Amino acid sequence: MQRAFPWHLIFFLAPAVIIYTVFSAYPLLDTLRLSFFTDSESGERSFAGLSNFVTLLGNAVWSEAFWNAMWNNTQFFLIHLLVQNPIGLGLAALLSLKGLRGARTYRTLIFLPTLLSVVIIGFIWQLILSPLWGVSENFLYALGLGQYFDAWLGKESSALITLSLISVWQFIGIPMMLIYASLLSIPDELLEAAKVDGASPFRIFWRIKVPLILPTLGLVTILTFVGNFNTFELVYAVKGALAGPDYSTDIMGTFFYRTFFGYQSQLGSATMGATVATMMFLVILTGVMAYFYLVQRRLTRYQL
Amino acid sequence: MTPSFQYQQKARMGLVHLALLGYTLIALFPIVLVIINSFKSRSAIFNDPLSLPDTGSFTLVGYAKVLQESDILLYFGNSLLVTVIPLFLVLLFGAMAAWALSEYRFRGNRLLALFLAMGIMVPIRLGTVSILETMVSLNLVNTHLALILVYTAMGLPLAIFILTEFIGQVPNELKEAARCDGITEIRLFFQIILPLVRPAVATVAVFTMVPMWNDLWFPLILAPGDATKTIQLGVQQFIGQYATDWNSVLAALSLAVLPILVLYVFFSQQLISGLTSGAVK
Amino acid sequence: MLSLKPTLSLTAALMTASLAVEAQTLTIESWRVDDKDLWQNILIPAFNQQHPDIEVRFNPTSPTEYDSSLNARMQAGTAGDLVTCRPFDVSLNLYRQGHLMALDDLPGLDHYQDFAKRAWSTDDGATAFCLPMASVIHGFFYNKEIFSELNLDPPETLDEFHAVLETVKSESRYTPLALGTNDQWEANQIVFTNIGPNFWQGEAGRLALINGEAAFTDAPYVAAWEEMARWSDYMGRGYPSQTYGDSQNLFALGRAAIYPTGSWDTSYFNDQASFEFGAFKPPVAEAGDQCHISDHTDMGIGINPASANPEAAKTFLNWVASADFADLFTNEVTGFFSLSTHPVEVNDPVAAEMISWRDECDSTIRLNAQVMNRGTPNMEQELWIVSSQVLNGDITPEEAAQRIQSGFAQWYEPKSE
Repeated sequence: MQRAFPWHLIFFLAPAVIIYTVFSAYPLLDTLRLSFFTDSESGERSFAGLSNFVTLLGNAVWSEAFWNAMWNNTQFFLIHLLVQNPIGLGLAALLSLKGLRGARTYRTLIFLPTLLSVVIIGFIWQLILSPLWGVSENFLYALGLGQYFDAWLGKESSALITLSLISVWQFIGIPMMLIYASLLSIPDELLEAAKVDGASPFRIFWRIKVPLILPTLGLVTILTFVGNFNTFELVYAVKGALAGPDYSTDIMGTFFYRTFFGYQSQLGSATMGATVATMMFLVILTGVMAYFYLVQRRLTRYQL
Repeated sequence: MTPSFQYQQKARMGLVHLALLGYTLIALFPIVLVIINSFKSRSAIFNDPLSLPDTGSFTLVGYAKVLQESDILLYFGNSLLVTVIPLFLVLLFGAMAAWALSEYRFRGNRLLALFLAMGIMVPIRLGTVSILETMVSLNLVNTHLALILVYTAMGLPLAIFILTEFIGQVPNELKEAARCDGITEIRLFFQIILPLVRPAVATVAVFTMVPMWNDLWFPLILAPGDATKTIQLGVQQFIGQYATDWNSVLAALSLAVLPILVLYVFFSQQLISGLTSGAVK
Repeated sequence: MLSLKPTLSLTAALMTASLAVEAQTLTIESWRVDDKDLWQNILIPAFNQQHPDIEVRFNPTSPTEYDSSLNARMQAGTAGDLVTCRPFDVSLNLYRQGHLMALDDLPGLDHYQDFAKRAWSTDDGATAFCLPMASVIHGFFYNKEIFSELNLDPPETLDEFHAVLETVKSESRYTPLALGTNDQWEANQIVFTNIGPNFWQGEAGRLALINGEAAFTDAPYVAAWEEMARWSDYMGRGYPSQTYGDSQNLFALGRAAIYPTGSWDTSYFNDQASFEFGAFKPPVAEAGDQCHISDHTDMGIGINPASANPEAAKTFLNWVASADFADLFTNEVTGFFSLSTHPVEVNDPVAAEMISWRDECDSTIRLNAQVMNRGTPNMEQELWIVSSQVLNGDITPEEAAQRIQSGFAQWYEPKSE
């Protein structure tokens, strides 16, 4: 394919690259740059080298908050990884079964929560879980599990897990749809051949389908990782920017929001906020690089 | 097939339906709760959130207020405009770029892929001031175009990221066969590749449009004017500082879900269903 | 942005020169989404009666997004002409960055006492950058029907207060206190700094902290948290996950007897509660003790220097400083009390009760509002956290005091005066 000039390359890439660069990449880089600067009281900006990073990681007040948010975010991600993605895979596997009636209806309905705004999700789950209004408490009593009920969203020990599960509930449609789309594209002949050989549906699933959709599972994992380390809406809607009780639900997104924009009497700091964002960027970048170089390159991609 | 095998098959399908039905209930219960409560009086919402509206508690006061006090139809129109157009652009430009990245070897390919993925690695709110300054200098503040451009830029990284993966799965033989027929690269993409990855495009469409539709931040910053206000921003009018008018909020939120639901059903039916027979052969 | 500013002011100059009669437009930035109707239907028409040539638009943003979106739009030059000001450092910071105009020559400022102006002046008190608009007073609401059903009187002292709570708890199915800790801010703004001034003698205790003569670990401050630690028995089931909205509803639906609050809630319960409610002030230790109330300067209004119509903006501010406005605002925006020196007759009975406390008690502002919020860790947030943890029973009052004091000591050098 040695041609004079790859005009088609320009044609394919230019629109996306131009719009993205001007309205996303440039503004983001322009702001990330601020992590190397500091503002005086009157708003004058001067170069500060790495001192913001030294403060963030070296000053106990900042570093405790940072590592707390990082650890909470890691838990948030692990819960998604261990709950959301397996259930998503399971649902997609069931939906893609040949001859399943009503698959389209199931798929549409299960995806519904993903369409809702976080405002509605936050409100409705707070209502459901509130001890005052008793929806879930009565429900648990009906199942004979009443004694296990607690004010989960208000307890330091359970608030983060509860929020993670609410988020799982909302976003399960995404892994489900991705895996489903991938399962659909497995050629029938392959499956028919296995069936003729007498393989059980379970065996077909684990031995044939799963290996074929491994790249998609890798994609789902990295998307979950990126999404989880970048999100803040749900915690913000349910617990506010302070992510209580005592920062036990603080994740990188809320920590960034408070630092960058300020909250109540805490003044926003564009430079420290950019520093936090740069750290988020580095964390996510590490994950994405790992994906690009380890998963995407190593995985044998079965070209169907 | 033996009868016992058929019986087994049926029992198995029954279990599958049971599992799917169970999860569907979990997914729907909270949404149904919002909708039934949007038809109830305020005290009924809180005294008995689980009950259906009855003659004593039924009220349309929330809906009446929403329809009366805000230009809800205009806001719907604005929201549709700033969701559908960027969605189209994201899918088109995103698929084109994903194709280029996964198909052609050129210097800086991986670097470009990484650069394009940066948009999902940093919270987009970070760039707010810089984006707003750009819009001011382009004289685009309080226009639909400002939101369309930002949402397109916001949606592209994820679209490219996902579509690259799916386009990479298209069989080589197919492409080579087409090339042997002397087809141009551009026609190859639009006539052969794009139809092949329709399920993936539909999937990307579905979750590209959700954050656009539900976004509150950029309408607030870039287009807060009455003529360009989106439905989410309109809903926010009902969320007061201290008092909170949940009747209207629930009504407005229920209304705000409808159009995106229609869009979603459109995409998932149109694009995926045509493929269940498997176009990738 | 840089190229835009001269253009704007040029257009403004041209407009004032050649089209002096042309209507000028002012946009007000505010977080008071609730007051939108009041501004549009009452306040702005009243202003236009005197100044028909100035068009005013009230453009509120929800309170959680107000500061961040205002900041972004200020920096890019798209913010409105008039800015509703948060008290103290948030607005001071806007002024320092050149986003609020100095108001020293504004005649309207003469209608305010120094204590009101302090929240929106530079530290040396030399320059004012916002005109004080309103304060809120903190206290308790009570359900009069429940009180008469149980033969209770509004308590004056702490002992009476606890007797009332105990009676409600043991003799009825009502929740004694409608209060939750999910949102955290209530624990500080309507509990700790509401009941606290009686423990630390209001202004004296507040200034002692700033001057370095007292520490949070001293008895008066710890005592306020100790009082709070005794409340957990009286709050609703599962109160750690109870939101502010839940508490409002609990009280409005007649399920709770007492509601710790700020005066801004008056209009909400006027609309939502089907029973009569009254207000009592924070209880004192012994009958006859001097009482202190938290009378917090909450809202001011200033001018964006980038405004195209600064003269119109000043005209508007002078109107805000007038007796007409004081009366309209206090009586229409129930629960927000004008800070000007114009005498105002308050019509609403509960609001009138609360404003009458100003005569018998000494006023102070929220403990940490001035100076103390400036450092890292931010004291306002820390107070939210420790106060709600004390209410939750997760930490002791002493631990709360130590955490606040050590956070404060990390960055604060008392001014030697």
